[in-house]
Amino acid sequence: MILDLFTDYTLRTVALGVIALGITSGALGTFAVLRRQSLLGDAISHAALPGVALAFLLTGSKAPLVLVVGAALAGWIATLLITSIVRLSRIKYDTALGLILSVFFGVGLVLLTFVQRSGSASQAGLDQFLFGQAAALVEQDVVTMAVLGGLALLVMLLFWKEFKLVSFDADFGQSLGLGMRMVDVLLTSLLVVAIVIGLQTVGVVLMSAILVAPAAAARQWSNHLGRVVAIAGGFGALAGLAGALVSSRAAHIPTGPTIVLAAGLIVGMSLVFAPNRGLAWRSVRRWQNRQKLQVRIVLANLYALSQHHQNPHHPHPIATIVSASADQASVPFNLRVLADLGWVRETAPGTWALTEEGLTEARTELTPQNSY
Amino acid sequence: MFQLEIQLIAVVTAGACALLGSFLILRRVAMMSDVISHAILPGIVVAFFITEDLASPLLIIGAALTGVLTVALVEVLERTRLVREDAAMGFVFPVLFSIGVILIAQFAGEVHLDVDAVLLGELAFAPFNRFTWGGTDLGPQALWLMGGIFVVDILFVLLFFKELKLTTFDAGLASALGFMPAALHYGLMTLVSVTAVGAFDAVGSILVVALMIGPPAAAYLLTDRLGVLLVLSVGLGAASAVGGYWIARALDASIAGSMAGAIGLVFAFVFLAAPKRGVVAVLRRRRLQRWDVGQKMLTVHLLHHEGTPAEPRESRVAHLHEHVRWTPAFARGVVSRAERSGLVVRQDGTLHLTDVGRTVAQKAMVE
Repeated sequence: MILDLFTDYTLRTVALGVIALGITSGALGTFAVLRRQSLLGDAISHAALPGVALAFLLTGSKAPLVLVVGAALAGWIATLLITSIVRLSRIKYDTALGLILSVFFGVGLVLLTFVQRSGSASQAGLDQFLFGQAAALVEQDVVTMAVLGGLALLVMLLFWKEFKLVSFDADFGQSLGLGMRMVDVLLTSLLVVAIVIGLQTVGVVLMSAILVAPAAAARQWSNHLGRVVAIAGGFGALAGLAGALVSSRAAHIPTGPTIVLAAGLIVGMSLVFAPNRGLAWRSVRRWQNRQKLQVRIVLANLYALSQHHQNPHHPHPIATIVSASADQASVPFNLRVLADLGWVRETAPGTWALTEEGLTEARTELTPQNSY
Repeated sequence: MFQLEIQLIAVVTAGACALLGSFLILRRVAMMSDVISHAILPGIVVAFFITEDLASPLLIIGAALTGVLTVALVEVLERTRLVREDAAMGFVFPVLFSIGVILIAQFAGEVHLDVDAVLLGELAFAPFNRFTWGGTDLGPQALWLMGGIFVVDILFVLLFFKELKLTTFDAGLASALGFMPAALHYGLMTLVSVTAVGAFDAVGSILVVALMIGPPAAAYLLTDRLGVLLVLSVGLGAASAVGGYWIARALDASIAGSMAGAIGLVFAFVFLAAPKRGVVAVLRRRRLQRWDVGQKMLTVHLLHHEGTPAEPRESRVAHLHEHVRWTPAFARGVVSRAERSGLVVRQDGTLHLTDVGRTVAQKAMVE
């Protein structure tokens, strides 16, 4: 299957295209996710449609670069409108997003009907922007995607410090005299680039996932911005590659949706298995904590019982210890854990006593740490 | 005849969407309309495979279930605190939509259901599916379906008006009073899903978003009362639907697209020209306030130096802008306005407060 990548020309073209897309949108999407603008990508990708249609109507060309410029302009204007609506009225951000997204898309549909009526033979490719058609990628598309994506990533590296600042503490950046508004515009413009190079491949609806999913997954694996961006790029590439390979193998499996499913799978795996943050880790840690606490409670109970005797090492039958505990079933197990630690010992079968170390441990444990 | 029917379908669809959309925008979950309208696809596809009938009620049930499932999934993801709500929304709906698309592609040869239809809808064909009963033609199926959904939506809003109002504006108080905001939220989201599936047939899933968000957003700039907002949204939605239909006729273009365009126009007009909250009104108010503050500052400045040795220097018109740090143009404007409203009088190039002006200055200083 992997070998096909080197022998099958079409598959190689498609795979290279979606990998370029995955890296670019994964890396840039990270900033959108961190800035809680995950849905902006969805809005921009829908809003790009009228730009694509208009670019075609005006130039009559469907060269990737022409359409990409049209899409980028429309996406950029849409973003500008969204921020102006929020700034100039009491309309909330989510409402502005949905409004601009759907109205631009509607206008795009109207323009598409004009395109279809113009009846030129070359209009066939425009539908790609709606649903995406990765399988139709040709070398020229891939070169455009790789060059634009590479440029966007280069700009990201050049302005790394500024982007980091605007993502985590824009107010502080502003107070340092850095034009955060300009940085914001630049970052959003890069996002627009990432989106428009993806439209042809995965379409307007699924673009959002290609931006958000790798970033959301990568976030689970690290707390370090540089690493998260790198991992997100890697996940994006992985999802793209998986989508291209699977859909080339099975009949009737479109590439775009397969990429999205792969990305969704990566998110699911990351949420469960990522070290430290993942859900599996979390429940293991919770279980361990509970275990530790249970063991301590048994030690404390044994200590409390021993206080009734002159000799603190007085042995107690297990039934007595059990009756003093809330969680009774685990007492024998916990006693054995304590014995392994050297804090208790079994003086006779079924009878347990504190050791010297156990007594010290119980005393330090039960002495109030902060005295008032 | 068909023309009238198409417009009727458009009006009830727009009305149903705008009614529920009002609550979505007030609850700041407007993008849920986008999420739900896409995520219900797999539910529709599965139900369609079972019934092979696009008008079957099972489709609505399937869609409603998937919609509620989506809302729950987003909530569960957010609860883990590993992803934020917007990110969860951003990838959950494309994943579900992808499952739907792959399902359709798998059985593409066998069933008639394509992604184009789901995404874009085609209102012009809606009247062709007739609803007949005992041999009598009772009108288009879509009209009955959407009309029914609209009635259910209206009943829901009327029955739970008080509860909806409270949970929308003060969820904390609502739950303290025992109103179960979560249950109401899921009820609302179920109806949003049902309405979205009813509407996508006519206008497609993306323009459902326009119908749900656009008219309420415009109405939100026109009123502060919930009841008025609901009625206005439905009215604006219906008007844009009819307007959009005629635009589509005139341009010979997509009806759904034109409706979204009409909604955009209505919103743009309201956004600019709304009496109190429109951009023009806001900017005008800001400008008036600027002049007003300027005049007050002028009177205070004059009062401050009145009777002091510096008075002749500080009250000269030609150099006023240097003392109060205004641009010369703004200073000229303020002076001429203050003269016209009788706050100051000009004598030999210096300004003097009138009695009215003195009162204004004293009041301004107390404020």
